[in-house]
Amino acid sequence: MSTLEIRNLHATVESDGEPREILRGVDLTVASGQTHAVMGPNGSGKSTLAYVIAGHPKYTVTEGSITLDGADVLDMSVDERARAGLFLAMQYPVEVPGVSVSNFLRTSVTAVRGEAPKLRLWIKEMKDAMSALQIDPSFAERSINEGFSGGEKKRHEILQLELLKPRIAVLDETDSGLDVDALKIVAEGVNRFQADGTTGTLLITHYTRILRYIHPDFVHVFVDGRIVESGGPELAQRLEDEGYERFVKAGSAA
Amino acid sequence: MSVTIPASDHSPTVRSRAVADHPVPSGREEEWRFTPLDRLRGLHTGSLDLSGSVGLAIESEGFVAETVTVDDPRVGATLVPTDIVAAQALTGSAGAVVLSLAAEAMGRARVVMTGQGVPAASHLVIEFAPFSKGTVVIEHRGSAVLAGNIEIRLGDGAQATVISHQAWDRDAVHVGTHAAHLGRDARLLMAHVTLGGDLVRLSPLVSYAAPGGEAELLGLYFADSGQHLEHRVFVDHDTPHCSSSVLYKGALQGEGAHTVWIGDVLVRAQAVGIDTYEVNRNLILTDGARADSVPNLELETGEIQGAGHASATGRFDDEQLFYLQARGIPEDLARVLVVRGFFADILGRLGEPELSRSVMSDVDARLGVDVEGLGVDDGEADDEVAR
Ligand SMILES: Nc1ncnc2c1ncn2[C@@H]1O[C@H](COP(=O)(O)OP(=O)(O)O)[C@@H](O)[C@H]1O
Ligand SMILES: [Mg+2]
Repeated sequence: MSTLEIRNLHATVESDGEPREILRGVDLTVASGQTHAVMGPNGSGKSTLAYVIAGHPKYTVTEGSITLDGADVLDMSVDERARAGLFLAMQYPVEVPGVSVSNFLRTSVTAVRGEAPKLRLWIKEMKDAMSALQIDPSFAERSINEGFSGGEKKRHEILQLELLKPRIAVLDETDSGLDVDALKIVAEGVNRFQADGTTGTLLITHYTRILRYIHPDFVHVFVDGRIVESGGPELAQRLEDEGYERFVKAGSAA
Repeated sequence: MSVTIPASDHSPTVRSRAVADHPVPSGREEEWRFTPLDRLRGLHTGSLDLSGSVGLAIESEGFVAETVTVDDPRVGATLVPTDIVAAQALTGSAGAVVLSLAAEAMGRARVVMTGQGVPAASHLVIEFAPFSKGTVVIEHRGSAVLAGNIEIRLGDGAQATVISHQAWDRDAVHVGTHAAHLGRDARLLMAHVTLGGDLVRLSPLVSYAAPGGEAELLGLYFADSGQHLEHRVFVDHDTPHCSSSVLYKGALQGEGAHTVWIGDVLVRAQAVGIDTYEVNRNLILTDGARADSVPNLELETGEIQGAGHASATGRFDDEQLFYLQARGIPEDLARVLVVRGFFADILGRLGEPELSRSVMSDVDARLGVDVEGLGVDDGEADDEVAR
């Protein structure tokens, strides 16, 4: 059992030489077996929340805490967080020229698991994981994300999710830019990851359509750097019908 | 940063074997201004005694190796010295070594030059007869103050790869001219892999005897604290319908690490229908290092297929490091992966696994990481998965 606890989280980013507050008091708890959907308008700070959890150096936490099973996440370097069991599927995965997907995956799996997998077993494991996501085997030889289509990048993120098997996964707009087929493939991957109840998922999205394939236990509306309302799956339906407008007004009035 | 030199400066005023015909550089000349003359140990003065020797070991399949006097007609036929060091390399060597591959033959040779800690001169001629196909790898090891010439001739339709690997000890000084001349429809891949030495200054020159020649020049260098690594490319497009493609990549780290890349491409009026592209990229890993990069493309005719150049010098991309670290990879190993990746296209193009491994382990050592047991592979696993 694992629990990610975010308490009163405030974070700033340097903008025109001035610190600008983007996260303004986020409270959220994600435990194993749970899927949380965080939904909000563009620019509300969803990606910032994801990056701050992962430890991106551009953001400064000014107040609050993040713990994973009681351990202080904010005290860990980016790679320590990943090895502690946190994973971020990025909205815009980064290209790394010259580093092959296969080399990258094996190096990261070795770092996270603490020992290098046996080559023969590893190759089978990777091939199986790629084929489940309908990723062509030739991707193993290609440079990380270089020349990948939007959909290919997102499938590659989920491939890493399945191979690294973190305790808590943060998926930042993994649905954006996917056609229906790719959306289903990606959602199946997330559902496989979440299936045995030992892991938790924080699913960040702007649209409700991915929630047809991934069923959240909790839905949070995120506006202007904080969660303004939380509920069950029915809240997603209301957002689908009414949009964010009501919350945006409420958020700015607060 | 680009300096345009008038066309006349491309044709050196002095072309001669005689050392006395060449001026002693003062450091103010355009072609010497980047080179710290005080670290050349007198190699540029014309009066240094270069009668010391370098160890020479040649393993070859298909090539014939001969030692000849410098009066042999094959010596200096392509490489007519245009500076004082090249003149000394020619006249100062006790004899020249000629490696030749017969017409339509296939061959491979490895030449290991091992410095003996003394000033020395060497002149190597590599001849690829028409329609032959071969690879020559020249490794420079040990310590020396070397004036070293390499002249390369390709007959019609020959396909040649010549790789000069500078794996010198840290204190070596090496100045060399590497001149290649391509016959009709010949294809040359000439590469420079420069990691060792205190001061290395190489001048690859390419010219064409007839239409259809294709030259690809590749370079990889890594300068550590205090090292000066300089590559001065000159492609002389004096013949119609030939092509040149130049790509040099360098990494630098530490106080006083200095690299220089000059890419002079001259397209003369008669060289219609040619195609040329040159690129230099530098990755600066720490403060205190300096990369000079001067592409210079000069067109005397507009009737060409294409011509271009690009030069970029940058630092580590934080987003790349973040991405790798977010997958559990420690920062120092992430840096290794990024630098290995930076060089991967050049090494892949060269297709010499032993050379790749040696460069990669050098990169690892310089970045202070032993990748053993960390899951980093040398490319073999990739192939297995793709199969
Ligand atoms: N690195 C950054 N530099 C400057 N501004 C940023 C940076 N990251 C985010 N912001 C700003 O913070 C706000 C929230 O951005 P983001 O977290 O990407 O929102 P979302 O993911 O909800 O669309 C936006 O106004 C954005 O411009
Ligand atoms: Mg976002």
